[in-house]
Amino acid sequence: MKKETLNARRLLCPMPVIRVQDKVKFLDAGDELEVICTDPGVLSDIPAWCRINGHQVIDTISDNGDYIITLKVGN
Amino acid sequence: MQTPRKATALISGGLDSLLAAKVIMEQGVHVEGINFYTGFCVEGHTHAIRKKDKAKAKRNNALWVAEQLGIKLHIIDIIEEYKDVVINPKHGYGANLNPCLDCKIFMVSKARQWNAENGFDFIITGEVIGQRPMSQRKETMPVVSRESGADDLLLRPLCAKNLPPTLPEREGWVDREALHDFSGRTRKPQMALAEKFGFEDYAQPAGGCCFLTDANYSDKLADLWKARNSREYSLDDIMLLKVGRHIRPRPHFKMIIAREEGETNFLKGYRKAFIHMDTVSHNGPLTLLDGNPTDDDLTLAARITARYSQGREAEKVDVKLVREGGEEVLSVKPIPAHEIPPDWMV
Repeated sequence: MKKETLNARRLLCPMPVIRVQDKVKFLDAGDELEVICTDPGVLSDIPAWCRINGHQVIDTISDNGDYIITLKVGN
Repeated sequence: MQTPRKATALISGGLDSLLAAKVIMEQGVHVEGINFYTGFCVEGHTHAIRKKDKAKAKRNNALWVAEQLGIKLHIIDIIEEYKDVVINPKHGYGANLNPCLDCKIFMVSKARQWNAENGFDFIITGEVIGQRPMSQRKETMPVVSRESGADDLLLRPLCAKNLPPTLPEREGWVDREALHDFSGRTRKPQMALAEKFGFEDYAQPAGGCCFLTDANYSDKLADLWKARNSREYSLDDIMLLKVGRHIRPRPHFKMIIAREEGETNFLKGYRKAFIHMDTVSHNGPLTLLDGNPTDDDLTLAARITARYSQGREAEKVDVKLVREGGEEVLSVKPIPAHEIPPDWMV
């Protein structure tokens, strides 16, 4: 299992989702991806994208204007 | 058992694409959604840049629709390729800089390509004859099918009975009798169908989904092209047109002035790319300067920035100017409102 980080700061939705989608294509089931964003829209969009594509959000942190979402890649 | 046929649905996030996909799913076809991101898409999040809109629900309607339908959604970035559609629309623009017919042709063409690469059989859209003045007319429906290359693999479930049968209908992949014959601008049939399917919450019908249909936005884009003597643009260019007050005091430079805190925070992300200024003696907005202002222009820009600060009535306002090579404070008298000609406002 590996853990990768994606910097999606300053991107407005849906660009962070697109970046996540493109990154996850190259990850394996069980891998984790931490996404750092500034658009609060990701708080609904990334979990929605995960739900319809079988991935799991395992952590969400708000930190001084950053929204850090960690997801686990599904099968 | 026969493998179910596979269709891609163009999902904008509105009611029509939701219903079109659902109608076909009801017939046992495997449907996945495609949503194209052009950079001009109107998203709740763009509005949410403004602090006063922060309380509004933020959701991507295309993702939300996919979740309601229980289907996968592929969001595809077409920002670069889409430029040619915006700059050189073969079929021209609508009321503003909206190349709706070329846009639809392009998107269906991209969906056709995606289908070929991913083993899908046909394409669904939520188009309805007569719904839109430019792209959804009886005469333009075959144009989209033909020029996208999708031909009769493009099925419009909501108005299929008003059109010649497509291949999926002729081959029995879908039952034509279970499709619809909607037409015109009325939304009542869609609302009735939504009710039948149990959809109670959906994006407001007939809402625009593209900034290019907006007259103010199109004016700003036209101004940008004119000032640069080029119709090229970057994603940052078109994002910035969505934010702030745009003032062009001289042909060779433009000011982008934040209207409130949310926009200031957003524009802060662009400070490194622009000459910028903000008031330091009074609360006031962040201003980005696009172009090549002279020293006199910078003084004028500082006076305009001061005009939009809490020091607008003061004798002097200190404005910090940051540009390549350093920063300085300009002490200026705010420009009175009557000295800002209306034609400076973009």
